[in-house]
Amino acid sequence: MNKTRIITAKEHIPTFSWQFLFNELKPRGKWLTPFNIISIPIILLGFGLIVLRFWKGIGAVTNLTQEVPWGLWIGFDVVTGVAFAGGAYVVTFMVYILNMKQYHSIVRVTVLNGFLAYAFYTGALLIDLGRPWNVVNPIIGNNYGTSSVMFLVAWHFLLYMLAELFEFSPAIAEWLGLKRARKILAGMTIGAVIFGITLSTLHQSGLGALFLMAKEKIHPLWYSEFIPILFLVSSIFAGLSMVIFEGSISHKVFFDQISEKNKKAHNGIIHGLSKICAVTMFAYFFLQLLVFLHEQNWTLINTPMGYWFLVEMIGFVLIPMALFFYSYRTANIFTIKLAAILTMIGVVLNRLNVSIIGFRWDAAIPYIPSWMEIVVTLAVIFTEIWIFRWVINRMPVLRESPSWAKDDNH
Amino acid sequence: MSIDRRNFFKTIGIAGVTLAVGKSAGATSTESSKTEFRGMLFDATRCAGCLECEIACAKAHNQPEPTDELKVDVLRKTSEVKRCAINYHTTSKGEVLVRNQCMHCNEPACAAACLTQAMYKTKEGPVIWRGNKCMGCRYCMVSCPFDVPKFEYFSANPKIEKCDMCYDRIMKGQIPTCAEACPAEALIFGTRRELLTEARKRIAENPEGYVDQVFGETVAGGTAFLYLSPAPFNEIGFNTKLQNSSYPALTKGFLYSVASVDVLLPALLLGIYSATKKNQSKEEENE
Repeated sequence: MNKTRIITAKEHIPTFSWQFLFNELKPRGKWLTPFNIISIPIILLGFGLIVLRFWKGIGAVTNLTQEVPWGLWIGFDVVTGVAFAGGAYVVTFMVYILNMKQYHSIVRVTVLNGFLAYAFYTGALLIDLGRPWNVVNPIIGNNYGTSSVMFLVAWHFLLYMLAELFEFSPAIAEWLGLKRARKILAGMTIGAVIFGITLSTLHQSGLGALFLMAKEKIHPLWYSEFIPILFLVSSIFAGLSMVIFEGSISHKVFFDQISEKNKKAHNGIIHGLSKICAVTMFAYFFLQLLVFLHEQNWTLINTPMGYWFLVEMIGFVLIPMALFFYSYRTANIFTIKLAAILTMIGVVLNRLNVSIIGFRWDAAIPYIPSWMEIVVTLAVIFTEIWIFRWVINRMPVLRESPSWAKDDNH
Repeated sequence: MSIDRRNFFKTIGIAGVTLAVGKSAGATSTESSKTEFRGMLFDATRCAGCLECEIACAKAHNQPEPTDELKVDVLRKTSEVKRCAINYHTTSKGEVLVRNQCMHCNEPACAAACLTQAMYKTKEGPVIWRGNKCMGCRYCMVSCPFDVPKFEYFSANPKIEKCDMCYDRIMKGQIPTCAEACPAEALIFGTRRELLTEARKRIAENPEGYVDQVFGETVAGGTAFLYLSPAPFNEIGFNTKLQNSSYPALTKGFLYSVASVDVLLPALLLGIYSATKKNQSKEEENE
């Protein structure tokens, strides 16, 4: 079915009509795939829980306490999710700023992934806000809390989502057959990219800076004044590992959409990205080591939290880094994928250790997320994958742009 | 754009004047506002544990009155329905009663954290919460070193609850209801400066009776609530490991860097972009 679509898209420009849009909204393909069978009940249950949350309050669904006011929805959905979305700013930097054309074929899918991650995970923030009807206050100016790191992060999030939308918009225009709009939007790409990289640098580090005032509340092995820079550096390999991981899955699931040329180029792209991961992880590990020595934390190592710190640093930073360096020469794709998965686990651990596990680790009532928080989180992720799949199946993201749009490289 | 010598000096001159004027204008505005931070002084040697202050507080803020009994070393916490709590501690100097509530920091972490200024340090001293601005993100709770703000987790329209030093009463010229209710004058209200002088006087007059420290004078950059105690403060439930500089100062470096990154990074990126683009067009020409 998709094959026929590619051909028609290449042959003539679809003219925009409501009929076309309506047809596109309908689901395509088989219904009873394993993914659908698992995800549909979880999504439905998740939305039921969201209704419960707005009806009875946050406490009815979550295990949050007065000591630990941020749980899974912030620590995982927002803080971790945004780190994984970091691939978009790294890849757009490589392709548009450094002009590394060989990575052009993964730009659209990475930007789409980034945009959806932001839209959904920060959208999930609305569930966690106690008074979400006031969410527009920092934007409309009731009042501007300019001394707040959160204020900065909120604005940088919002503007970055716009920048990513502009970066992705040529694909939407190609889908709708809007030739002139596409030309204008494509012309704005480089501006959006420069804007987007700047905004990313600041909100990736800003997410870490959020925790700077919780000085005595975060375990000293994870708290330091360098959290912002550690968050920024780790977002580079977190994002790229996600690109490697997601790319491998997309290549299986959407195999028929990818051109022969891009299929051949895929392993080369993965190998190139793994080199960047190796080097940035080395920088990150070195920074962590410096912080560790600077804060004189060695006495804390021989404690349960110290062992946990070693698990994170050795098991999920040092080992994947070594694997990335090993595949530097051998270009072993399996090793790279394994390293990417280990790296992703490491990033999850790091973000959760700062925001949840190490946060008030000494609290009388420790916070453990409720099953309902986990279900809502899964529902958000699954819904995002649904939208991702919907877009991939309709817009030229993985497949080639229609021939009328091939005049330039955006 | 070229800039000659004359224009250069002109610009410098204008900038200099602006700086000087700006500074003097700032100075007069602080002089003209005579409002001083108010505060409260709690003297643990005088508290008898009658809970009158808790009862008055509950009445004033439409909250349930305390029904539990005061027991030695059984921690009574503030909560979303309880803005203050008296606690009974066993210490090296015998049993000591201490009151816990918002400290009303001079530079509050909660107010610096708040992205809508819903948590707000008034010029009169109290730190208040403004519901029409608050998003309920609970970043104030994450940031507060004293774990003061409490959130109504079981409400569809949740509020942040904490002591506001009876801000509405202060604005009417009254004193906070707890200070009014206290029969032993363990809790007194005044300007922070007066209270510090009074606290030091009490220590000087009775050096045996007090530890030589006014808790709140320096902790977290100074707080409006000041404490005198016969026993060391770590024995009466205070975290004495808290830093003495202000908490918002911890984010200053990051916040200052934002403006420079926002300006310099795009310029740098644009530069790299044009450089790589030129290279590419040259390569194409060579081909």
